[in-house]
Amino acid sequence: MTSLLTASGAETAARITAEEVSATEVLDFWLERVAGDRLNGYLWQADRESARSGVADSDGPLAGVPIAIKDIFCTEGVPTTAASKILGGYVPPYTATSVDHLRTAGMPMLGKTNMDEFAMGSSNENSAFGACLNPWDTSRVPGGSSGGSAAVVAGGLAPWSLGTDTGGSIRQPAGFCGIVGLKPTYGAISRFGMIAFASSLDQCGPLTRDVTDAALLLSALQGRDEMDSTSVGIEGGIETPTAERLDGLTFGVPRDLMREGIEAGVLARFEDTLLRIADLGGEIVDIELPHAEHAISAYYVLAPAEASTNLSRYDGVRYGLRASDEDLLSMYEVTREEGFGPEVKRRIMLGTYALSSGYYDAYYGRAQRVRTRIVEDFDTAFDRVDFVVTPTSPTVAFKLGEKTADPWSMYLSDIFTVPISLAGLPAISIPAGLAEPEGGGPDLPVGFQIAAPAFAEQKLLEASYALEQAIGFDGTLALEGGVE
Amino acid sequence: MSTEYEAVIGLEIHVQLSTKTKMFCGCELSFGDDPNVHTCPVCLALPGVLPVPNRTAFEYALRIGAALDCELPAINTFDRKNYFYPDNPKAYQITQAVRPFAVNGKLGAVRIHHAHLEEDAAKTIHTGGAGRIQGSNASEVDFNRGGTPLVEIVTEPDLHSGAQVREWGQLLRATIKQLGVSDVNMEEGSLRCDANVSIRPVGSSELGTKTEMKNMNSFRFIERGIDAEIARQKALVESGQPVVQETLHFDPSTGELHSLRSKEEAHDYRYLPEPDLVPVVPTQAMLDEARNSLPELPAARAARYEEIGVSEQAALLLSFETEWAEYFEGVLAARKGIDPRVAANWVTGEFSAELRRQDDQPLAEAKVEPASLATLIGLVSEKKISHGAGKTVLEEMVASGADPETVVADKGLEQISDSGELEKIVIQAIEENPKPSEQVRSGNEKAIGALVGAVMKATQGRADGGEVNRLLRQHLGL
Amino acid sequence: MIEREQVLHVARLSRLRLSEEEIDTLTGELSSVLDHVDKLAEVDIEGVEPTSHVVPLENVLRDDEPRPSLDREVALSQAPDPHDGAFRVPSPQAEA
Repeated sequence: MTSLLTASGAETAARITAEEVSATEVLDFWLERVAGDRLNGYLWQADRESARSGVADSDGPLAGVPIAIKDIFCTEGVPTTAASKILGGYVPPYTATSVDHLRTAGMPMLGKTNMDEFAMGSSNENSAFGACLNPWDTSRVPGGSSGGSAAVVAGGLAPWSLGTDTGGSIRQPAGFCGIVGLKPTYGAISRFGMIAFASSLDQCGPLTRDVTDAALLLSALQGRDEMDSTSVGIEGGIETPTAERLDGLTFGVPRDLMREGIEAGVLARFEDTLLRIADLGGEIVDIELPHAEHAISAYYVLAPAEASTNLSRYDGVRYGLRASDEDLLSMYEVTREEGFGPEVKRRIMLGTYALSSGYYDAYYGRAQRVRTRIVEDFDTAFDRVDFVVTPTSPTVAFKLGEKTADPWSMYLSDIFTVPISLAGLPAISIPAGLAEPEGGGPDLPVGFQIAAPAFAEQKLLEASYALEQAIGFDGTLALEGGVE
Repeated sequence: MSTEYEAVIGLEIHVQLSTKTKMFCGCELSFGDDPNVHTCPVCLALPGVLPVPNRTAFEYALRIGAALDCELPAINTFDRKNYFYPDNPKAYQITQAVRPFAVNGKLGAVRIHHAHLEEDAAKTIHTGGAGRIQGSNASEVDFNRGGTPLVEIVTEPDLHSGAQVREWGQLLRATIKQLGVSDVNMEEGSLRCDANVSIRPVGSSELGTKTEMKNMNSFRFIERGIDAEIARQKALVESGQPVVQETLHFDPSTGELHSLRSKEEAHDYRYLPEPDLVPVVPTQAMLDEARNSLPELPAARAARYEEIGVSEQAALLLSFETEWAEYFEGVLAARKGIDPRVAANWVTGEFSAELRRQDDQPLAEAKVEPASLATLIGLVSEKKISHGAGKTVLEEMVASGADPETVVADKGLEQISDSGELEKIVIQAIEENPKPSEQVRSGNEKAIGALVGAVMKATQGRADGGEVNRLLRQHLGL
Repeated sequence: MIEREQVLHVARLSRLRLSEEEIDTLTGELSSVLDHVDKLAEVDIEGVEPTSHVVPLENVLRDDEPRPSLDREVALSQAPDPHDGAFRVPSPQAEA
């Protein structure tokens, strides 16, 4: 049934409503695809029964279209590992609020997708359960940390998926895999049940074939949650975008941030997209984000610091791995030594150091103030422009193993996504086209990032939709790549 | 010549609030239930959970702040205090390290540095029994208590002796009890008091090295423990040794101090602002409610009683127990012109003792109405019955709720105050006891005792002693 | 730059029993990251308040009403060493 493979989530939902196809046929179709996963995109796969467990009978706009869920979301009765050995075999007794919203909307779960351990990474190579492969080229990474969520959508193993983004973890893999990835405003979607990495940065969001699907999912996910005191929801809700043009809208380009380190092909697609914006009536303006060059440094103090405390609960006492019973200290130290992978340990150490006595002011305290500066930079920019645009990532998908030797080179992959995360603003990555990688080889997707002011998701989706239609990227190209 | 040392003591008091649910989740508070029956993903610190603060805990906290005469700052924030221990499931405690809900207060003579909200740890029981590995010792953790709302009150080092700590501690406990925000029961753990103790030469303004004393569960033990620690520190310093910073426990049965753990390896708590909790900005309504909901507190009530003549001791006792204060005021209201001092002494003395003697009757169940007691007090004040007879009547009243005047009539306890009748008996006693009478006439006033005794016998104790004395002296020519 | 001694101290604070090899590697990696991060010192932050929350919320409080607790079996179901209804853990090592 190839039409189901290439149909978007919205299209499939419409067919179910029109009774052209049944929800069961749709579920069976996708479960069969999932079973053929050759990308290591799934850490856990559902069957018919488990896929439907807890799912409501709904006749809403999403009903019956199944979805893949990043293994960072707690799902009652279903293993949830955050791709870590320390949670190997852990089964939560409750379900994340965001996933609950999807179940209420009538969406079955296809499985739990692979990711960088505890969301720490930009390539999915930090998973304790093996790397995930990019369906465009299986010698390359799908990006991270929501690598599995992106790969399964791009590789025809799910019509859409749920991921999380802390410094770029939805947008960057979406860019690498030629799909749409949306990080909403911090506070738009509940974080309850989303295993915490960096509390003041983590947000849940959809990875989809197109902008319309992203809007549909966002509409179901957003909302204030009494279990999350930092959640607000999006006032007014979200509607399906329909804009065809960009007349009267200004798009700011932070050229300062783009002086070096960008692959030629990525830059070319970026400039192409700017021309398209102009064709559609949009105005391109140079802007400055004077402190954005320090965003990666600030982020790699703040995020590891918060992570170091969030991951202290993995101590062998109440759940998860316990690797020693010799005495209390050994239980803690050996469990955490054996349970955490190298990147997680690196960040815990960095974060603990940044918070430790004598270093707080110089590191955590200072990084929080630099964060304020970055928030101010965006406030100033959005006084002049409606959107800020950048390439999603400085490169296309890199090869497995290419950046694992030097942590900082991996961190630089997030140079365009991190500033927006620090400011808590919404941003989307849409496919801008294909480009040849620097070292040569088959063309790979290039992502285009659009950021908007806080809670301006509707405007963001409208503009993205119009641009997406104009670009006309063929999202079906890698769909066969997921299954042998 | 030896230096005079003074002790400098500061207290950290933890008060468990009597809300229905925990500080950051909806689990019910409990005491004494089976282990781990009041837990949820949040207070077990499962992956993915988030805290949401309890509104009532805040309201109770603000009341405490108001009662302690504190400033209630405009912005409250929370912080994470990081340390690993099995009773601390997140491996951080959510507390208020930077912007607590109350600062700069005082109670009595002691200044309050601040008071803050935090969550209680779980309970670890060291069983000593075997763990999974042969031969290893184990502990067991019960998370029922984990997450209970706590207010921690930190004083300035304004206390100087064990006795002062006991007295002030009792005042604090009575004050908080009357707010209705905590059971403040030290045996059950809803009130815990730690002391920081140091000494310094009298006249010095520097602080010496302090030790921390924990795990003492009554104010009397705290008093003894502090006194023991002060003595220990003085002995050290006088022999030229330094006081080492450490945590101590006082064993009341042996009078010994034991070191719990050395504070040298002080924790690095790596405080950071709690990202999962947004600031709390108490509204004017919340602040007004906190201040306006305060009942008359012990210190103020005791002062008011002393002003109307109640003794200091009785005033203190009454002010500590609202029930008793209300009873006392009921007695005053029931009888115009009753002497507050006398009434307070009857209430806190004879009445309370009689309740205790008769099976420890709680005041709430007593059969004696304030008006009834007031009547009895009036009978004694007006000398209609003697004080001793009054106690006899009281016994009957407590036992059966009988009306005092009825008991007096039934038992024939009226005092003979009719001077004419009494005078006849006095004259008769003098005639019937010539020897002591003669002794008194010749200057031996002590012999009057035998005559008083004779009159009392003749009247079956129903004569007013003062009046008897007066008449005897009159008729003996004194 | 971070010294090996500091790495050991931080590992203890983090409750990680690192191998000798890891300590060496981490000392190098952390030093390298900190070299980059130290550039934050160049930013002018005079008079700037820290950002702890990017969402402008206040007074998010919960009514003091009970919610159902977990069944004890469920609460203990993932415990590595449940015993007598409690979570059993090894005791701290006896003081030397």
